[in-house]
Formats: sequence, structure tokens, C-alpha cells
Amino acid sequence: MTLLEFARGPAINAALVIFVFGVIWRLFWLLFLPRAADHSVAKLGAGAAVSSAAGGFVRHMWPPREYAARTRFSLIVGYVLHFGLAIIVFGFAQHILFIRDIFGIGWPGLPTGVITVVSVITLAALIAALVRRMTNPVLKMISTFADYWAWFVVTLPVVTGLMAVSHLLLRYEDMLGVHILSVALMLATFPFSKLMHAFLVFVTRSQTSFFYSRRGSHV
Amino acid sequence: MNKPIDAAAASKVILSQTEQHLVGYMEACLHCGMCAEACHFYEVTGDPKYTPAYKLFPMARAYKRERSPLSWFGLTRKVTEEELKEWEELIFDSCTMCGRCTTICPMGIDIASIVGQARKAFAAAGLGPEDLQAAAENSRDHGSPLGLSPEKLMDRVEWLEDDFETEMPMDKAKADILLTVSSIEAMKYPDSIVAMAKIMNTAGADWTFSSKGYESTNFGYLAGRPDIAKLMVTRIVEAAEAVGAKTVVIPECGHAYGVMRWSGANILGRPLPFEVLHITEYIAKLVRDGTLKMKPFTDAITYHDPCQVSRRGGATQDARDILAGFATDFREMDPTGELNWCCGGGGGVQAMARAADLRHKVFQLKIDQTEATGTKKLVSACANCRMTMDESKDALHWDGELISLIELVADALVVGDEDGDGDE
Ligand code: SF4
Ligand code: SF4
Repeated sequence: MTLLEFARGPAINAALVIFVFGVIWRLFWLLFLPRAADHSVAKLGAGAAVSSAAGGFVRHMWPPREYAARTRFSLIVGYVLHFGLAIIVFGFAQHILFIRDIFGIGWPGLPTGVITVVSVITLAALIAALVRRMTNPVLKMISTFADYWAWFVVTLPVVTGLMAVSHLLLRYEDMLGVHILSVALMLATFPFSKLMHAFLVFVTRSQTSFFYSRRGSHV
Repeated sequence: MNKPIDAAAASKVILSQTEQHLVGYMEACLHCGMCAEACHFYEVTGDPKYTPAYKLFPMARAYKRERSPLSWFGLTRKVTEEELKEWEELIFDSCTMCGRCTTICPMGIDIASIVGQARKAFAAAGLGPEDLQAAAENSRDHGSPLGLSPEKLMDRVEWLEDDFETEMPMDKAKADILLTVSSIEAMKYPDSIVAMAKIMNTAGADWTFSSKGYESTNFGYLAGRPDIAKLMVTRIVEAAEAVGAKTVVIPECGHAYGVMRWSGANILGRPLPFEVLHITEYIAKLVRDGTLKMKPFTDAITYHDPCQVSRRGGATQDARDILAGFATDFREMDPTGELNWCCGGGGGVQAMARAADLRHKVFQLKIDQTEATGTKKLVSACANCRMTMDESKDALHWDGELISLIELVADALVVGDEDGDGDE
């Protein structure tokens, strides 16, 4: 079995199973934890749970204007890398083929040149985030191994993917194998890492907004 | 100072609080650091240890050690006595539980809620500033943190009634409204109590004080002492039930309002048998329905939102509705309302002597905000904010003026067809 066959076969399949069951298990485990009953009476005119949760979800996508200057760097880097990753994952023709293999649905891909440019920009954003994490006094103080791990497992596929399409370092097939293995590593550790924020963001933002909107506040 | 620290007890309390929302918050923090930009303690010191997310580290560690999947891989470690000792300052002295950090957090994490729970764990471990613990214990043993016993309250009310010729019913058998006090007002700002009484009387309300349940501040809650928190809530609930009150009015105190309005029923374990209103909510109702009328107040003023009344209380608009009726030159500060900066003394920080310097630094924010509006008259609706700001004002030699909103209203009340109140 070649490296590519191993990566494409057992490695990615096992990683996908761990990813899917891991995420489901983590979310169910969280959602079935005891929830203290709230006996307080909601403020008159407080919105319904669903609409207040949705409103808060949208509100927390962008901080209030008071914080604009202080959060500019984090926001720009954050949005660039999130959008960048989404474009790479869902816009690259090879990835769409891979998704079609599993889910049976596909869509037209973006030109490879565009994906390459987006990948380079995303990589730049990831590097900027890392440099900031290692140099900003606040981030230095609060960063833990888990934060660096999350960075590492996201950055690795971007780097190896770029190297594969650019035919750098290894033969294309081998680099592709390494790339798929790096994706497998990301997927298999996803449910146990900070990457879970991609799902948890729906839980935390909505519960906070619900909490505050019962009070008649818009936090 | 060398009390034994029981880290195991702290961890136990943390693990007993693994409710969904708290765990979700601890799991979700990205360590992005944005919350630092919203916290007044970081803002005025630039010290990264005041980053809100950092304050939660021991909580997150204790939880991860026992409950998170990482614990299976041996990647977690115990919370130590030294860590708890180190974090005591961060959980108590430098968090006013103001909730401002939540407004910036991309994950919407409510740090203030976790700090509230963390304080219980720290108190169980034998930690927490001694003066804050003493305030809680005084409340339990003498009825109030500042020594306002039932007898003292009755004396004080009698004296105020005579001096200000304002009727203040005490221990009426039945009343629609139970009015509570904050001992800060009773001991330092008695004019506020008179102002509340005048407003109630002018509105023709059927109200009373009760010597059985009068202290609205809840230092049990702030000190992380759930037993005392429950006792304080129970006293007011029993007093209200005894007089058949449909409404309990909380005076100018943010945390008193927050605890009774939003946590009281949960502390008690059952719904409260009455409505809880902050005094500004109560007055705003009277202003909106035309019961209260005020003479115009023409001086330029600005308003400091008490965090627990506005951001965490949801009563931001009420103070504005009151002011709109008579303050002809009211200027909003920036930021304001739900985004306002804290006074620096909420969450019991006011009661911690060792936090005084830090508080004073925070007040500089308030001075700058106030002066930027072009006035030096700062109105608020929280006696705790007022005392905090009063002390800081002296420490920083600021020549501005701090004004209670209800005193402003009471002074401007139009009684009957006449103007004025004649009580100066
Ligand atoms: S802003 Fe929110 S997610 Fe970011 S570090 Fe602070 S608490 Fe964590
Ligand atoms: S609740 Fe207020 S004082 Fe506490 S960490 Fe957040 S912003 Fe700072």
C-alpha cells in the first residue's frame, strides 16, 4: 500500500469516523448536562428564545463600534482565515470531488489559480495569528498548548496542500498523501481540540443572548 | 493571612457546578484575548493578568482535570493551593462581575457568571478578602454588612421622618409595596432614603419598610457564601409575604437588584411571590403613566449606568425615561448604556480595602467620560457606585459632583398643583 493509498483509505476513513462520532458525542454530552431551572420571571416584552438566540448570534459576529480600533487586527485576521479556509475546503475542485465521493453532492469549483491565491492569503493570516499569539502580552499570557495545537493542525493541511499543488519537496502523489494525512490528523483531533469552537459557538452565543434577552438586555 | 487553603474543596465546588452553560463556556474559550479590551482593570493598568479569560484558568483547569476528554490522555493537571492563592486577587479584587467582557467576546462567553460561581469555590477553599467575608458575616449576624441592625434601622427611620417631615411607614401589617434599603444609603446617604419615601408618598403608594427584611444588598452572594446569600433573600421574601406585598422595590443599588431580580428565585429554589423592581424602574413607571411630575432641572448632567441595572439588569431605558421628563440638559457619555464602563467597585470590590488603588485608577475612566460630555455633574442610581466614586473622587482630587438620580427626582417633584418640595 502506498502512502497515498493509506492516506486516502484507512487513515481518512478512520479520521472521519472519529470526527463525526466525536463531535456528536461531545455535543450530546454537553447538551445533556444538568441545566438549572431558572425560576426568575423574564422581563415583560423579552423576545422568544429562538429569536433572541438568533439575534445574539448575529450580534456577536462583530463587536460594537466602541471596540473597533482595538479589535481591528483580530477581526481582520480572524475573518480572513475563516473565509479563506471555507473557500479552500468548499471551492477547490479536488476537495469537491472528495466531498462528492462521500456525500454524493457536488458543485462547480473555483479556478485553481484563485484557490492558490486564497491559500497563500490564508496562510499569511495564520502566520500573523501565530506571531501575534507569541508576541502580544495578553495572548502570551493566556495561550496554552491547546491553542498552538489547534493552529498547527489547521495550518499543516494548508501548507501541505500548497506544496502538493506546487510540486514542492516530494513527488506529487507522496505530498498528496502527506496532505491527506494532515487533514486526517485535524479531523481526528477536532472533537477534542479548540476546533470544537466551530460547533460550540452556536451553543455559547445563543445561551448568552437568551440569558441577557430574558433580562431585557442586548448583550 | 496564613489560613489553610483547601484546593480539593474548591475543585469539588467547581465540579458540582458543571451545569451546561458553564461547561459550554469553559470549553468554548478561544483564548483570543479580545475580552481584555473590554475590561476596565486591563484598560487602566495594561497588565495582561487582568484579561477576563485568564481569570477563569483555575475553574477551567479543575473542570478539565476531572471532566474533559483530555483528562483520559493524562494531559491535565490538578489545581494547586498556590494557584488558588495567586488567582484570589483576580476572582475577587479585579472582577466587578460587570459583564462588559461578554459584549466583545466572539464566543459570547459570560465571564461574570463564571466568576460568580468561582467565588463559591474560592470561599469553600478558605479564600476571599477578609473584609468581603466580614461584610457577608455581618449581614448574617447583624442584618447588614455595615451594622444596620433592625433597631438601628428603626431609629434612623424615626430620625429621618422627624428631620425631613416625611412619612416613612415601618412594619405596617399590610402593604402593596415592600421598600428595601441598602445599608450604604442608611449609613452614608440617608437623603436617598428620604427621597424614596417622598416619591412613594407623592405617588400615593401603599408601602412599608419592614424590620424583618430590609437589607437589599447581598454580600453572601458577592463573597461566594451561598448559605448567607439564601438567608438574605429569605429575609426579604418572608417580610414581603408577611405584609402581602405584591412588589418589592430595591433601592439605588445595582447588585442588590441583580441578585434579587435575577437570582433571588433560583437561590430560593422557587419563584418569588412578588414582582421585583429597581427604584428607577418603579419611578419610570410613575413618570410614564403621568403620576409623577417634576420641575425642569436645567444643569448639564450625564448619567453613569450601574452595570447590574443596565447591562446585566435590562433596565437601561428606565433612567433615561425618568431624565427625559425633567432634565433639560442631559448628555449621554460615550460609551453608555449597556456598554458603559463600570465604576470599579461593583461585585463587592468596594468592600475590599486592598483594592482601593485599583478602583481609583478605574475611576479615571469615569472622570474622562464625564468631562468629555462638557459637564462635571455625574448622576447615577447605585449607592455602591456612588460610594466607590466618592472615595475615588477624593483620592484623585476631582472637583466634579456625584448626584443620586432619586434625590434629583425627589428635589424636583411637583406636589399637588404646587411647584417645589420645600424640604431643603
Ligand atoms: S474574548 Fe471570549 S473567547 Fe476570546 S479569550 Fe476572551 S472569553 Fe475567551
Ligand atoms: S466582568 Fe467586568 S470586571 Fe469582570 S472580567 Fe469582565 S469586564 Fe472585567
